[in-house]
Order: sequence, then structure tokens, then C-alpha cells
Amino acid sequence: MSLKSTPQTLPTDPAVRENLFNPEIRAAIDRHIAKYPPEWKQSAVMPALTLVQEWNGGWLTIELMNEVAAYLEMPPIAVYEVASFYGMYDLKPTGRHKVCVCNSISCLLNGSEALIEHVKKRYQVAPGETTADGKFTFKEVECLGACRHAPVVLIDKTYGENLTPEALDRWIEELD
Amino acid sequence: MVERQNSVCFRTLHLDQPWRLDSYRSIGGYGQWERILQERPDPADLIEQLKLSALRGRGGAGFPTGLKWSFMLRSAPGQRYIVCNSDEGEPGTCKDRDILRYNPHQLIEGMAIAGYCIGATVGYNYIRGEFFEPTERFEAAVQEAYAAGLLGKDIGGSGIDFDLYVHNGAGAYICGEETALLESIEGKKGQPRYKPPFPAQSGLYGRPTTINNTESLASVPVILEKGGQWFLDQGLPNNGGLKVFSVTGHVEKPRNLEVPLGTPFRELLAQCGGVKGGKKLKAVIPGGSSTPVVPGDQMMELNMDYDSLAKAGSMLGSGAVIVMAEGTDMVKVLANLAHFYAAESCGQCTPCREGTGWLSRVLHRILKGQGRREDLDLLDDAANRIMGRTICALGDAAAMPVRSFLKHYRHEFERYIAQGERCVS
Ligand SMILES: Cc1cc2nc3c(=O)[nH]c(=O)nc-3n(C[C@H](O)[C@H](O)[C@H](O)COP(=O)(O)O)c2cc1C
Ligand code: FES
Repeated sequence: MSLKSTPQTLPTDPAVRENLFNPEIRAAIDRHIAKYPPEWKQSAVMPALTLVQEWNGGWLTIELMNEVAAYLEMPPIAVYEVASFYGMYDLKPTGRHKVCVCNSISCLLNGSEALIEHVKKRYQVAPGETTADGKFTFKEVECLGACRHAPVVLIDKTYGENLTPEALDRWIEELD
Repeated sequence: MVERQNSVCFRTLHLDQPWRLDSYRSIGGYGQWERILQERPDPADLIEQLKLSALRGRGGAGFPTGLKWSFMLRSAPGQRYIVCNSDEGEPGTCKDRDILRYNPHQLIEGMAIAGYCIGATVGYNYIRGEFFEPTERFEAAVQEAYAAGLLGKDIGGSGIDFDLYVHNGAGAYICGEETALLESIEGKKGQPRYKPPFPAQSGLYGRPTTINNTESLASVPVILEKGGQWFLDQGLPNNGGLKVFSVTGHVEKPRNLEVPLGTPFRELLAQCGGVKGGKKLKAVIPGGSSTPVVPGDQMMELNMDYDSLAKAGSMLGSGAVIVMAEGTDMVKVLANLAHFYAAESCGQCTPCREGTGWLSRVLHRILKGQGRREDLDLLDDAANRIMGRTICALGDAAAMPVRSFLKHYRHEFERYIAQGERCVS
């Protein structure tokens, strides 16, 4: 086996491990761990970060990343590397929702620029930032893989298709 | 063409709730998997059918699937893996999402058959993180398949094991590159590996692994059901079968269409209602954002298959056909593509990390009316310094559009540079 395909491990005291997060999160992470070979708990780092981020209201703190590391018995640095690499992990506080507007080619050809300008002006928010009322964090994202419905917007877990600025406003209006 | 349309990966589309097990069963779904469980045919014979079918990888590179499977040594001891690539992220491509949503069982059957052929008892489907609904559909289908006794250990007393799991991405285009994808399943940053060793020798967890695109795997049950020769006959020699094209951009009815390879582009465009607003066709990117752009007039004479597009200097890629009407600003389009690759470079190789940034910055400054006379040479130079000098093909994917846009639309870039701010206003 090549060096690269060796898991990075750092044992955790079982007494500590048993008390991390809460029983539901632990059970959910355990279900992911079970999908991979026993020595590869590290493979569950992405689903674990996703679960913990959602539990924390949309973003990850250093403490939470450390706890994920402890739970999966891997070095914290290996968790930071993953959390900072993938765009869906947020490492600073976010709004109650995430509004992600696709800015790639098929959406550009179908009006995403107008959509992006509209969000900036109407909600006074720059990409990567959160509205003053904390309602949502605005992100410009790359192709969402739904180009036939351009322009596409992802809010939290739902895709919105063929959106006009007005339709997007109505959708944002409905969010709590 | 119309009657043969949507007859492979999209053959369930006309059904009510096509994603359900009973829907898939109603058209003979899982028939091939059950035959394998009962008869335990020689995997080499199944792979022969795939070779005959001339199925080429639908993820972008077009590598023959049967040949890829034959690289896996069944006799080698230890665990092997089949991995499905549902990371779908190449701008313009939106077909795998619909396979996951509307025909998940056929993908499951294809993965199980692939597992049998290469001797893998475990499969992972890597689905991009933004695909919440498709992931739910696929996972529900996996549960249905387990409950129906189609997956698991010693399936139906056959002695055959096959377990199937989902691994979700979390927002990184590079994880579509197969070795970055493996790194990601191993719980790391998605940075591509050096090859060799190829995944068939050392893949997931250092074990022999086969990686295929969603559409490639979902095509397999139909190929085995109807025969490799049937599939081949649907398309052209060396370009077997039907292929899903995602037709987007400036068309009246953007859509996914599964049509025989070799279908004239003209017909594909007509089926999408033609160019938006009845305008003239200006240009087409025929195979996803990384494939070289083809001028409209030339495109109207081309057929949609791997060899025809390669001959025209472009590529079929993932089958994402991006249509641009007369009046499209090619400088803006290229700047957009360059931004994408710069944002998605994993940062591992210097030519790609730095080069994609240069391409994007220079193109944006031209777009803003701040271009310099030497910028076009600079772009050419940067693109040439990326091509072929990186671990994975993302670098080439960033460089190819630049070269083709400058070749066909150089005058538009020159106009921007010559007129400066005036051009922008
Ligand atoms: C930067 C990059 C991104 C890629 N993205 C995808 C993708 O999203 N989906 C995919 O199936 N293949 C993608 N590929 C191609 C894969 O590396 C691989 O060739 C493919 O999954 C093999 O399956 P196939 O032979 O069935 O096409 C990508 C390649 C590169 C270099
Ligand atoms: S380009 Fe916007 S979803 Fe693909």
C-alpha cells in the first residue's frame, strides 16, 4: 500500500470520545463510519463535518473541528485541511440561510449576472457575506450541475430553476 | 432518431415515478443482475459484450469502458472497488443529476454488474454535495434494492456479495477527477494523484479500483439486455450507443436528450427549439466548458460523436452542448470560463494554480477595457505553459478554451483592447 493511502490516526481516550456532540450526532457519524473499512474512520470526515456544521447552524468552529478530529481519531490538522478545501464548509458565522447563485457559463448566458447584481443591491450584501438582519449568507458558486434550468440558485438544500429577480425575491421572502 | 431517443439511461422517463423499484421492474429492470446471480456467467464474456458495444466513458475522456474493466485482475487477492463518479461539475453538464433522480435503479444495477465483472464486492457512488435531492432519491433506491434482496451479502443464496454506499462531496469541482475523487473518499483534500500507478493497480485505499461515470454505468444493464451488437448499431463504429446531451445556453428549450451517437448537431438543435429568439447561431462549445469552441457555421455541419468532433478540433467530452447566439460577447464568455478554472484549481501544481489565475486576471482586465496590446500573446503563452505540465487534466481544461477562443474570435479581443473603456460602455 502506498504511503498516500494510509490513514492518519491519533487515538482518543474512549471516555472523551463517548461524550462528544450528542447521542444522535454520534449515531449518525457512526452510520457513516460503518460504510468504510474499519481502519479508515477518516473516510467519514466529510459527512461528519456536514452533520456537525448543520447542527451548529451552518458553520464550523475550530472547537467543533477538533471534536470531529477526536471522534474520528485523526489529527486536527487533517480535519482543518478538509474543512478549508471544500466550498460547502463555512468557517465563519453564516446567516440563517445560504443563497448560492450559480455564475458559470450556462447561467451567465441566461441572466445570472442580473440575478447577482440584484441580490447585491436589493439586500446590500456582497458575495461571501451575510445580510445585516442575519437572514442569509450570499454566495456566488460555480456550476451547480443543473444548467438546463439556468439561471439556477441553491438555497440551503433546494434548487430553484429559471429564476428571475422577482421570483428569487419571492422565494427569499418566504424564508424565516 | 426520435423513436430511438431516450432508450438507454432515460428509458424510464415516461413512467410515473420512474425512480421507484416497481417502475424499474416494469420495464425488465434488474433482469440482468438476477440472471448473473442465478447463472454466474464468466465475467470475461460480459466484458466482451461491453467491448463489442463500443461504449466509451461518458465522464469526459471517452475511454472504452470494456477495456477499462479488463485491466482489473480478478485473480489478484484482496478487496477491489467499483466507484461511480456522480460529481458532475463541468459547466454545462446536467445529465447525471437526471439519471440519479429519474433512473437510480438502473445505475445501481450497472454498479452491481460492474462489481461482478471486476470482482468488487463494495461500491461507492460519489455524489456532489449540492445534489441533495438526487442523493435522497439514490439512497432511497439503494434501500429499496437491499429490502428486495438485490444487494448485500450472499445475495439470494448466490454466494455473490455486493454492498453499495454513497459518499457525498462538499463543493469541489476537482473531485470529479478520478484520483482526486478517491482522495476525497479517503477523507482528504481532493488533490489528484500522480499516475501511474493507475487506479486499476492502486486506487481506493490502495486497492485495485475502477471508476466510471454515472451514465457509463447506467448504460450497462441495457447493453447486456440487448447485446453489445445492438448498442453498437445504435451509433457508429467506435462510437457505440446513445449518449445524453445536455443542451443549454441560447436555445429555446434547454434540455437533456439521449440520442444515437452520430446524430447531426442540426437535429439536436432543432429538437431544442432552435436558437433562442430565432437568432443566428454564433458558436457552440460541444462537450462541456473545457472543450474547444466551434464556430456556428462549422457546427451546423457536424455530427455528434467522438470522432467527428475530434476531427473538427474539439471534443465530445461530457456531452454538454453550450449554444451561443449571434451577439454573444466572446470575451465575457472566455473570462467566465477562465474564472471557473482559476476558482476550482486545487492548487497543487504551480503551472495550473498560477497559470489559471493569470488567464482569469488578464481576461478580466481586457473585459474591463484595461487590456494591453501584449495581452493576447500573454494569454497564449500562459495557456501553452499550462498545457501538458500538470498532474491532472484541469490545467489542459483551462488552457484549451483560451486557445480556441483566440483562434476563432481574436478580433473581438483585439477590439476590446483597441477601444479600451469605450468598448465596455
Ligand atoms: C478536472 C476534471 C474534472 C472531472 N470531472 C468529472 C465529473 O464531474 N464526472 C465524471 O464522470 N468525470 C469527470 N472527470 C473524468 C474522470 O477523471 C474520469 O475520467 C471518469 O470519471 C471516468 O469514467 P468514464 O470512463 O466512465 O467516463 C473529470 C476529469 C477532470 C480532469
Ligand atoms: S452553469 Fe449554472 S448550473 Fe451549470
